[in-house]
Amino acid sequence: MQDEPRATEILPAVAQFLRDTVTTDHSAHTLFQARVAANAVDLAAREAELAPGLNEEERVRLMHILGHDGDLQTQNRALADALLEGRLSLSTPGMKAHLWATSMGKLAVDQPGYASYRRALKASQS
Amino acid sequence: MTSQAPHPPLADALAQLGGRLYPSLGSVSGLQRLSGGASQETWAFSFEGPGGPVPLILRRAPGARVSDLAAGLETEAELLKLAEANGARVPHVRYVLTEADRCGRGFIMDRLDGETIPRKILRDTAFAGARPHLARDCGEALARIHQIDPGRLPQTLRAAPASVRLAELHRSYANIGRPNPVFALALRWLGENKPQDPARLLLVHGDFRHGNLMIGPDGVRGVLDWELAHLGDPMEDLGWICVPSWRFGQIDQPVGGFGQREDLFAAYEAAGGGRVDPARVRFWEVFGALQWGLMCSGMAEVFRSGADGSVERAMIGRRASEVEIDLLDYIAPLDGARHAG
Repeated sequence: MQDEPRATEILPAVAQFLRDTVTTDHSAHTLFQARVAANAVDLAAREAELAPGLNEEERVRLMHILGHDGDLQTQNRALADALLEGRLSLSTPGMKAHLWATSMGKLAVDQPGYASYRRALKASQS
Repeated sequence: MTSQAPHPPLADALAQLGGRLYPSLGSVSGLQRLSGGASQETWAFSFEGPGGPVPLILRRAPGARVSDLAAGLETEAELLKLAEANGARVPHVRYVLTEADRCGRGFIMDRLDGETIPRKILRDTAFAGARPHLARDCGEALARIHQIDPGRLPQTLRAAPASVRLAELHRSYANIGRPNPVFALALRWLGENKPQDPARLLLVHGDFRHGNLMIGPDGVRGVLDWELAHLGDPMEDLGWICVPSWRFGQIDQPVGGFGQREDLFAAYEAAGGGRVDPARVRFWEVFGALQWGLMCSGMAEVFRSGADGSVERAMIGRRASEVEIDLLDYIAPLDGARHAG
């Protein structure tokens, strides 16, 4: 499950920035914000491409760990509560692999250049 | 605060203040807002003197109220004075505002020359000579801060050892209201690995990291922004500067992307900071990583609320996942992988 705000919330903010700020304010700060906006569009494109497949894989893993199916929000709530309360832990079969896979899936969308992500990706492929 | 009278334009109020404080000085010049949220502001300005401009910083809260966790500007000024007296490099406090000054609450301090932007500090050649000793500079600075006699500290400082700080993180997570299994696992880990609160609580800076360290080609010139100072476990400060989020790509340099823990710890002990407990520092690193992750997560709501609907704000929200990887590196390292950093 991807983090929030979702791409569908971020893109309208990019559009508003392009319409209202870029056209009127040509300061250095606007230039900086323009780079951030470009990154946001890239993120939205990666989310559109990757999130459906990642979500389906996550749903299947969660079903095995929790023993029942459900929507990602409800399943993640159940998992997070169980981890917080110690009912499930890293010794639960499949847990560590699930948490890594889910976080790596988020990074593939959010920040594929993040150094710790690159290192973990390399470690998992070797 | 009883006065409800509107503040006069800041430049005028500062000029009047300058005239009283420094009769030899002339006008106020270069008044410029640097940063700050809704409750606290930071301004750069100069008093024009016969020997040239005197560069200064005004930290002020125009209104009365700041965050519950903030130490308060009068307290911050007091801490800066104590830190300076104890040999730490901090901006010299020139003046603490009174109500008669009509500038709000706050203080005026010297404006230090240098750089706070991490990517410049970590990459520009101007800082190449400083980088190898920045970790030691940090250790020494923290030792001087932590050694301040707790009996001399302002009574207004809140006491927040690990037990209190951890309860704060639990509240932040609950307030965000969205499930995050990795953050939940980290909260559990922190509860299970929490060290005993030290018998004697010491002054903790609370935000000792890039952005709050003024750095020049000669090294750390000043420790800034004491807003989050509190009484607590001094290892918190050593852990916070080692959080992976402040490495900016230099992941094998755990201390701020510029140095090694061994250098930080050795300089801290050599400057009389007391024995460093690496396990305790590690607890605070995980704590700090999660604290930053929750801060990022919370940005989704700030973005939606309209308080700051900028793309930049939204994109900070999407950096919470970076912290998930960092937390897993600490508490669930991949087989064969070494610990983070």
